[in-house]
Amino acid sequence: MIDTALHATTGGESRAMAWFAERAKWRWPEFALWIAAFALAFVFPSRSALFNEVAILALFALSLDIVLGYAGIVSLGHGAFFGLGAYVAGLLAKAGGGAGLYSDPTFGLLVAAAVCGFVGYLTSFLVLRGADLTRLMVTLGVALIFAELANRMAWLTGGADGLQGVLPGKILGLVEFNFMHPEYAYLYSLSVLFILFIVARKVINSPFGVSLRAIKGNALRAGAIGINVNRRLNGAYTMGAAYAGVAGALLAQTTAFVSLDVLEFHRSADVMLIVIFGGVGTLYGAIVGAAAFKMLYDLLAAATPQYWQFWLGLILVLLVLFVRGGIMGLVSGLYARMTGKGETP
Amino acid sequence: MLTVLFDGIAYGMLLFVLAVGLSVTLGLMNFINLAHGAFAMAGGYIAVVMMQRFGLSLFWGLPVAFLVTAALGAFLERTLYVRLYDKPHLEQVMFTIGLVFMSVAGVDYFMGASPQIVDVPQSLDGNIDFGGVSLNKYRLFVIAFCAVLTLALQLGLSKTRFGSRLRAAVDDSRVARGLGINVTTIFALTFAFGSGLAGLGGALGAAIFSLDPQFPLKFMIYFLVVIAVGGTTTITGPFFASILLGVADVAGKYYTPTIAGHQIQIGGFVIYTIMVLVLIFRPQGLFGRAPGK
Repeated sequence: MIDTALHATTGGESRAMAWFAERAKWRWPEFALWIAAFALAFVFPSRSALFNEVAILALFALSLDIVLGYAGIVSLGHGAFFGLGAYVAGLLAKAGGGAGLYSDPTFGLLVAAAVCGFVGYLTSFLVLRGADLTRLMVTLGVALIFAELANRMAWLTGGADGLQGVLPGKILGLVEFNFMHPEYAYLYSLSVLFILFIVARKVINSPFGVSLRAIKGNALRAGAIGINVNRRLNGAYTMGAAYAGVAGALLAQTTAFVSLDVLEFHRSADVMLIVIFGGVGTLYGAIVGAAAFKMLYDLLAAATPQYWQFWLGLILVLLVLFVRGGIMGLVSGLYARMTGKGETP
Repeated sequence: MLTVLFDGIAYGMLLFVLAVGLSVTLGLMNFINLAHGAFAMAGGYIAVVMMQRFGLSLFWGLPVAFLVTAALGAFLERTLYVRLYDKPHLEQVMFTIGLVFMSVAGVDYFMGASPQIVDVPQSLDGNIDFGGVSLNKYRLFVIAFCAVLTLALQLGLSKTRFGSRLRAAVDDSRVARGLGINVTTIFALTFAFGSGLAGLGGALGAAIFSLDPQFPLKFMIYFLVVIAVGGTTTITGPFFASILLGVADVAGKYYTPTIAGHQIQIGGFVIYTIMVLVLIFRPQGLFGRAPGK
């Protein structure tokens, strides 16, 4: 990077371009992962409801990874946007009654993303004012206010009973959600995840993403070389909020139900755990972490129905103490050893 | 009206005893300990076990709860927490949330998920009439006890040698170290003492708020509000913040209809809004002073 910055000639520019192109190159394990993910719908269609949950969780974790792993903002209230997205999509689908524009799932996703992005943009100014601890508490406070609002506005949200009568229409006007075929919902969620993942990957490997990395490394120095630190962080937080909103919207559409549970604190804590679990600032960590979390959850909940939280806590503590970089840290270490070269961090 | 104020002050006093340890450790080591509530819960359950299994009165439960949680705090600080001081905040948050999850499930396993009922000692049961207002004896005891404790803390912090060292370390731990103050030992002692106070608060409060395994998660938010509003540089800040929060919380429960199962969030809206506003306009807390650095 320093090298390219020094040679601000056409030669330097092309080298910078080559550097970005190298970063953006797809590697074979990535293709394998996505092909496997899509194949699951056809190999185990009956278990697709579970896969659907994983895909939604992965998108939610991806959104937090942008905020936490790239923008470096420690958020304990990311569930606010997930819940907001779920309610926006749920209310839209209810208003449409299963047909027309309002019930169109794609339209629901777009509106959820727009609303959450907008709210995320507004709240990003509050969040960015403080240091880590203040951010933690502001994000938590904002999430609590959202949960409280949803609880109070029972005439709109259904309150503690949940939002009834969510009727999403046909996907792209073609395929209907069908509880006999959970693989439809899974393929829908996975496609959305895939598209948004590609977008996130492009953004992260763009100059904008690299500047985020610089800010995370040292905000003062990043400012000194001409990066508008707060503007960039606002952007990243907005993007993360919009992504979380889409994840919430997917949950509302594929389960045809929204309850206050979407805004509970444990959602924010779980998703943070997933990101740490998978590896912070890796994008793929969100997906691998979500899958591992869901599997682990199912295993632990089956083995010790009431006390699975204990093992979750233990894993967290051990992870922090002994394993740095999460699952992706281990995987990229292995990959580097196999191919004999270091993967771009 | 006066009853609400009275209950609120009792509740606020309890919150202060529960949270003051967190405020000091946060100010001293800049360590985000979300597991502080777990120590309070431990103290509460120790008192419950003492009373239910061994038939001792609450008066014996209080010192035991303090000592055992202080020892527990000292042990965990030396073995686990000490390894995380120089780690990023994110890892501290994850680590302490992990501890919270473990304590929640662990207590659930040993003690059951249902809320514990604590019997107030005979001598403190019932109400007394005070100028036409009937006051609950136990709450009066809590207020008096916590007031004495607060005074002792304030005096200890301002008059003793340890107190001045602690204040120096909170102000600027690097310079304090340079002056030959053993900040590590001070921190370990303070951590243990703060954990003990949380345990004491948990034991004292077990009869007032319901004590169940979800306690650390429920109260984590309250602790953070106290710290956010009160700041971490003094102990008078958290004290006033606690009283404010206690009164606001009790008043909020009184004057708004409760919806079953969502009691903790009733009146919360105002409190959270205040917290966010305070954090935005006075990041150092309502009563704290701006850091000199």
